[in-house]
Amino acid sequence: MSVAASATELAALSRRTRYQLVKMSNASGAPHLGSAMSCVDILVAAYWRALKIDPANPKDPSRDRFILSKGHAGSALYAVLAEKGFFPKEWLDTFAQTDSILTEHPHPHGIPGVEWATGSLGHGLPAGVGIALAARINRLDYKVMVCVSDGECNEGSIWEAALFAPAQKLSNLTVVVDYNKWQATGRSNEVMSLASLVGKWDAFGWRALEVDGHDMEALIEALTMAPDADRRPTAVIAHTVKAKGVSFMEDDNNWHYRIPTTEEVAAAAKELGIL
Amino acid sequence: MRNAFAKEITALAQKDPSVVLLSGDIGNRLFDDFKAKCPDRFYNCGVAEANMMSMAAGLASCGLRPVVYTITPFLTYRCMEQIRDDVCYHNQKVVIVGTGSGLSYASLGTTHHSCEEMGMLRLLPGLSVLAPADPFEVRMTLAAALRHSGPAYIRIGKKGEPNIHASTPAWEIGQTIELRKGTDVALLCAGTLLQECLDTATVLAEVGISTSVLSMPTVKPLNESMLSDVFASHRLVATVEEHSVLGGLGGSVAEWFCDQPSLRARLMRFGTPDAFLHRNGEQEHAREILGLTPAGMSEKVRSRLASL
Ligand SMILES: Cc1ncc(C[n+]2csc(CCOP(=O)(O)OP(=O)(O)O)c2C)c(N)n1
Ligand SMILES: [Mg+2]
Repeated sequence: MSVAASATELAALSRRTRYQLVKMSNASGAPHLGSAMSCVDILVAAYWRALKIDPANPKDPSRDRFILSKGHAGSALYAVLAEKGFFPKEWLDTFAQTDSILTEHPHPHGIPGVEWATGSLGHGLPAGVGIALAARINRLDYKVMVCVSDGECNEGSIWEAALFAPAQKLSNLTVVVDYNKWQATGRSNEVMSLASLVGKWDAFGWRALEVDGHDMEALIEALTMAPDADRRPTAVIAHTVKAKGVSFMEDDNNWHYRIPTTEEVAAAAKELGIL
Repeated sequence: MRNAFAKEITALAQKDPSVVLLSGDIGNRLFDDFKAKCPDRFYNCGVAEANMMSMAAGLASCGLRPVVYTITPFLTYRCMEQIRDDVCYHNQKVVIVGTGSGLSYASLGTTHHSCEEMGMLRLLPGLSVLAPADPFEVRMTLAAALRHSGPAYIRIGKKGEPNIHASTPAWEIGQTIELRKGTDVALLCAGTLLQECLDTATVLAEVGISTSVLSMPTVKPLNESMLSDVFASHRLVATVEEHSVLGGLGGSVAEWFCDQPSLRARLMRFGTPDAFLHRNGEQEHAREILGLTPAGMSEKVRSRLASL
């Protein structure tokens, strides 16, 4: 799909991607399907509109960087990278299969386009802060975007990074919080005192804004805002629905672990408009 | 092993009102029974392991017996200083239970592997390092750790590991369990490769090699008198663990061994290499690749014995 694709076309791409994820989970038996479906629109808006990365030159020192800090949604990153042309789509058939390079949690060792090995929550943002700071030191003007999950915002390291980035005026940095209100074993606002998430990022010195994390136009607008005129890093709190796109999975946290059956794959295809 | 842990901790907490279970946003339905029976003694501490670990030390300092539970790398690598300063330096009776240890979660990728943590934790003064082999040994090590007067770390696997023992062995920290007595080679196993050791012994028996198999769930403190006996009564001693050959059981025994000039047996170590695994695969596949199978280990033992 071209860079100039409309928001409507990108929304359609998101639906196809979600179907791809359902198939990948079914084929591999890999969990975290709901987590992956939750952040698809964020990834699509980021890769098609916000970031400049040449899939043919994924190590270009001046490229923009995207880090999926919530690495358990690795299938979504792989699907988007394949669609973008970083590697052949056929690789997706090997996702989480024996001897595949595409491990459930993503890593950069031989997977073009993956910037950072994630899977242990709370690492991607601090690493992204380092990469954003390096742009200044190395006199390059790339942007850095990091997608974290709401449960991930339990980690102290997220808030250590959140304190550091504004102090250094890292306005080339955007964090997107996939705020789907669930973590692995409970509601994220009940397990920990997360609310108000936007208030917290704001209080830490970020330009904090809230968007509907499934509204493609709103996402594109929010994700292309950096750099901020006041030199603050940007925090986009994206309100999302876990397992977005398939009614019988949406907001049901069983899909953190559950694997769809072949019948469920077919039902999902119908709902996502795949014929 | 996960289910054995959940059942045993529930039973122990019902007997001891000071037991408090802390979990790091995992084990979705696993602790339902615990929560029902001890509703004020289960805390989901969220995805915030460092806080959970120091908090456990604080609870222990007030006479409670906290048991902290989550996925091994997040509970150990991430919390190393919390374990060192708050748990060990204050000598707090915290029981640290890492789940999915070694290559149990091989297919999840390197971030979820833990093949170095025993080596790291073993360096901490006062911390017992325990690696049970089957669901019964999980129950046994957990109960012993809660009887113990200092902190303990227990590395367990996932779910579905087969029973090797017929019941929970009577056991205290430091003890070894002999499963098979032989004369040529002794396999000392820490953790879930015990069945592979028994099968290795069977393969070796077919070529006339007599093998002892010992379950050694205590990596620290080492059972030195047992080691002396084993090294005196066999030609070859091999350590077996789903952990790096550096720093774990093999590393511990090698360190001990170099101070024992008079023992006659030679030492060899089976474990994971000093490298990260990047490719996908289940635990069985990883073991196969690394030669941690009866075929792989028996062949190496055979050729080592032949060279002596
Ligand atoms: C440091 C760390 N602790 C625990 C886990 C296990 N784990 C995987 S996903 C998850 C929480 C999922 O909730 P959230 O972060 O909100 O992501 P979502 O699936 O909702 O997108 C946990 C605890 C982990 N991967 N890393
Ligand atoms: Mg969430």
